Amino acid sequence: MTDKEQYKVQTEPYYQAQGKEVELYEAAYRNRLPVMVKGPTGCGKSRFVEYMAWKLNKPLITVACNEDMTASDLVGRYLLEANGTRWLDGPLTVAARIGAICYLDEIVEARQDTTVVIHPLTDHRRTLPLDKKGELIHAHPDFQLVISYNPGYQSLMKDLKQSTKQRFTAFDFDYPDAVLETTILAKETGLDALIAANLVKIGQTARNLKGHGLDEGISTRLLVYAATLIKDGVDPLDACRMALVRPITDDADIRETLDHAIDATFA
Amino acid sequence: MTETETEYQHPLMQKYWAMLDTRFKLVEDVFEDVMTEALAILTREGIEAYLEAARVIGKLGRGVEPMLVFLEEWPSVAKVVGEPALPQVMGFVMKMQKSPNGKAITPFLQTLAPVARRLHANTQCRNYLSVAEDLMARTTGSIHGHHATFPSPGLPDFFAQAPFLLSQLSLEGLKNWVDYGIRNYNNHPERQKDYFTVQSADSHAVLQRERHGTLFMDVERKLDLYLRGLWQDAQQLVPYSTAFDELRKPVPYYDKLGMRIPDVYDDADTITGLDRYRATLAHMVGHRRWTQALIADNWSPFQRMAVEFFEDCRIEILLCREYPGLKRIFLALHPKPAEDACDPETTSCLRHRMVMISRALLDPEHGYQDANLRDFVARFHSQMALGESGANISSTKDIASLALSYVAKTRRQSDQLAKVHFDNTVVDYRDDNRQMWKFIEESDDEEMFEKEKKRAPEEELKGLPPRHYPEWDYKSLTYRPDWASVYEALHPKGNSADIDRLLEKHSALAKRLKRILDLLKPQDKVRIRYQEEGSELDLDVAIRSLIDFKGGANPDPRINMSHRTDGRNIAVMLLLDLSESLNEKATGSEQTILELSQEAVSLLAWSVEQLGDPFAIAGFHSNTRHDVRYLHIKGYGESWGDEAKGRLAAMHAAYSTRMGAAMRHAAHYLEARKADKKLMLILTDGQPSDIDTNDEQLLIEDTRQAVKELDRQGIFTYCISLDPKADEYVSGIFGRQYTVIDNIQRLPEKLPELFLALTK
Repeated sequence: MTDKEQYKVQTEPYYQAQGKEVELYEAAYRNRLPVMVKGPTGCGKSRFVEYMAWKLNKPLITVACNEDMTASDLVGRYLLEANGTRWLDGPLTVAARIGAICYLDEIVEARQDTTVVIHPLTDHRRTLPLDKKGELIHAHPDFQLVISYNPGYQSLMKDLKQSTKQRFTAFDFDYPDAVLETTILAKETGLDALIAANLVKIGQTARNLKGHGLDEGISTRLLVYAATLIKDGVDPLDACRMALVRPITDDADIRETLDHAIDATFA
Repeated sequence: MTETETEYQHPLMQKYWAMLDTRFKLVEDVFEDVMTEALAILTREGIEAYLEAARVIGKLGRGVEPMLVFLEEWPSVAKVVGEPALPQVMGFVMKMQKSPNGKAITPFLQTLAPVARRLHANTQCRNYLSVAEDLMARTTGSIHGHHATFPSPGLPDFFAQAPFLLSQLSLEGLKNWVDYGIRNYNNHPERQKDYFTVQSADSHAVLQRERHGTLFMDVERKLDLYLRGLWQDAQQLVPYSTAFDELRKPVPYYDKLGMRIPDVYDDADTITGLDRYRATLAHMVGHRRWTQALIADNWSPFQRMAVEFFEDCRIEILLCREYPGLKRIFLALHPKPAEDACDPETTSCLRHRMVMISRALLDPEHGYQDANLRDFVARFHSQMALGESGANISSTKDIASLALSYVAKTRRQSDQLAKVHFDNTVVDYRDDNRQMWKFIEESDDEEMFEKEKKRAPEEELKGLPPRHYPEWDYKSLTYRPDWASVYEALHPKGNSADIDRLLEKHSALAKRLKRILDLLKPQDKVRIRYQEEGSELDLDVAIRSLIDFKGGANPDPRINMSHRTDGRNIAVMLLLDLSESLNEKATGSEQTILELSQEAVSLLAWSVEQLGDPFAIAGFHSNTRHDVRYLHIKGYGESWGDEAKGRLAAMHAAYSTRMGAAMRHAAHYLEARKADKKLMLILTDGQPSDIDTNDEQLLIEDTRQAVKELDRQGIFTYCISLDPKADEYVSGIFGRQYTVIDNIQRLPEKLPELFLALTK
């Protein structure tokens, strides 16, 4: 049997609730309903899941999905050995056996035939058939499936199928409002609230430009990076340019506008 | 002057007068005055050279005018550019004298002083002379092949405009502007005149392009992003021209239609032109956010001015609360008049006082001592500080009452004086505050009780407005901005049955094509091998793996294969040259080229329809650069049905072939398509040409440039030329992407085959 403890979240991750999502998640978990977390990149989806796993004191198995991921990467496969074969459980199977929260990050990146294997686990059956092995796993009572995806930037080709979507309860995340985001930056990095407020302002400047040359605004995660750099003694102007502007755009006009916003804010 | 003629008291003066050796009465009248000035500025040698030059000019036989002008102007010119410039100037004058351009001497000398003030240095002056000389050399002489010499039509006008031009352009820009005029209007004297008097639209456009400073059109996107990003405002920005209003400089303002800002800002000391734009926009955004309009009727103009100044400061302080970095820009742009700059006994100092308090309100380190001013600054800030953290941002009304009491307190009798102190009192990034006032009555006149509402009759839109495209000028390697106007329209409809008949006629050919088409049709399934997971077992690999496995080696687990669909993804645009020459009969045939083209195009359209590629057809012809017609025959969204066939059937040929503009226009449609490959086929029977272009090479080079542009946009151009003599120029334009079809009768068969070969 796999060691359950290694998957537990040991220390409390910092998470600032934006609304009632913590209570709602707890209710979903009580009833073992699958959960989908949507939202733009870097707004705290993964952090939220981590925090809930810690709060519920359940193991958390995270799988980052990618294009080349196949069903056997989730379920498990036979490995060839010199004198025969050996079955190795995939992360989803492990989670179903030990009763962990299985978190499939950026699920739409995975191929559609892959996502279908989660279907039997997400309805009333709560089973996982391992057809190659000829085994039917009944999920552990503590098992729960959580998926995340970013509806914004992926292409039309990479949308979730209706049959997949309709198996989940969903949370819609967005970047927190200015006051809350300031608190988050201050708490997460210990930065002075005034500077944090300025960072948030720059972040919002960039979010206003979404769709006008920017695919995505500056995420909370990048703001935290900038705050961390400033906390470390980097000049705020440099920190902002390095952490907020340069990563998100190669467009000279946008870069100049954001640079100006930085200069105008930190004066 | 009452002295006896030509006899001066002072022997030196007498000597000078003798040197001048002239009998012009007018010169004599002013001689003493100009000499006083000259003696104060010029050196001893300078004086002699000056008089000698004046003597020479006097003897040119052009009357008294040039000599007078020279005597008056030269000292002040020499003051700026130095005396050694005289030989060059004289050299140029002599050149003009020897050429037919003698008439230009007076305007040249007339404007030399203001020009010199703009140029500062001697080297600059030399460059100016060489620009003028170039202009003279290239525009003088033969016109329409006559080898008699005519004077340069534009030269005198150029000199007259030179001071204005140099106030707008750097010397480099002036050179480009002159160059453009010479190149484009060299053989059209009237237009050349229009150009060099800065009257024609072209002249304005090129002037605008060459101006110094930060041009609005260069930073428009940055400003849009600035408004949107920092202020969440998406107003339209409308530039106004600052080049042609010398007397009354327009001021920024905003209304329902957008924000009006100057088309160019020069850098101001430490502030870049871009930052000046930003300051102007921020100020207007501030008004839009925080200013409530007041009723103006009961206030005097002075009171209104004061309220405007106070309100401007209020919103600027609020803006700086939002973005503290703006303060640096505002303070750098805001004038800081000295406290004693204005004498209240003789001048109206109201503006001076208002700008001082405006400065003091923004700048804590203003350093002004006036007790009233300090008191009101404090009152203003306590007003603004009310609930600094909260929503309380004071209001236009409260600030207005503060402003009114300031005016009342500091009023002076002299404020009414006609002489107003203006120096250093203009805050040029602020708008004219027209949105701040509401007027209840239009006017005080009694008879004006009701405004007559005029409504412009709504004009019905006929066709689409023209789109302007630049044209490449190979001689200067620049684009002529907005040169060709393209009008687009649907091609008129004809009888679609005609086309069906044509297709019928070529049914044998169609059958043959069909066989090729079937082979070409998207081979949807493509095998992907070496997959760990796949839809089928790939036997070859599987057996190899098994052998490895049995042999004790590590087998390759990627023994499956799967399939992927692979479609054609080509967007095609067929551009037809519909110029007059199409009406000619094809050699050795009863049919015209137009009819053969129709057949060929219908077959091609049918083939492409079979393949399912997105396909559009358009025709073009031109009648000078002002009228390039672009006619839609089939759009991407349409199927190859009766509508499109009808338009093709009605196709008729006229006018000339301005290909570059049509290609650029077609490209903007093709560019909007989402396809991996974009193909533009151009079917033409001759070289690009138009009746307003004498230089054959010009449109050829422009088309070549268009091909290059398209290539950069990812569009593959391919020319099918029906001109047997095309080899001379077509490869110059299209490189290797062309075919010349000599036997035009075979066009219907060739065209679809060519397309298929291209896209295989």
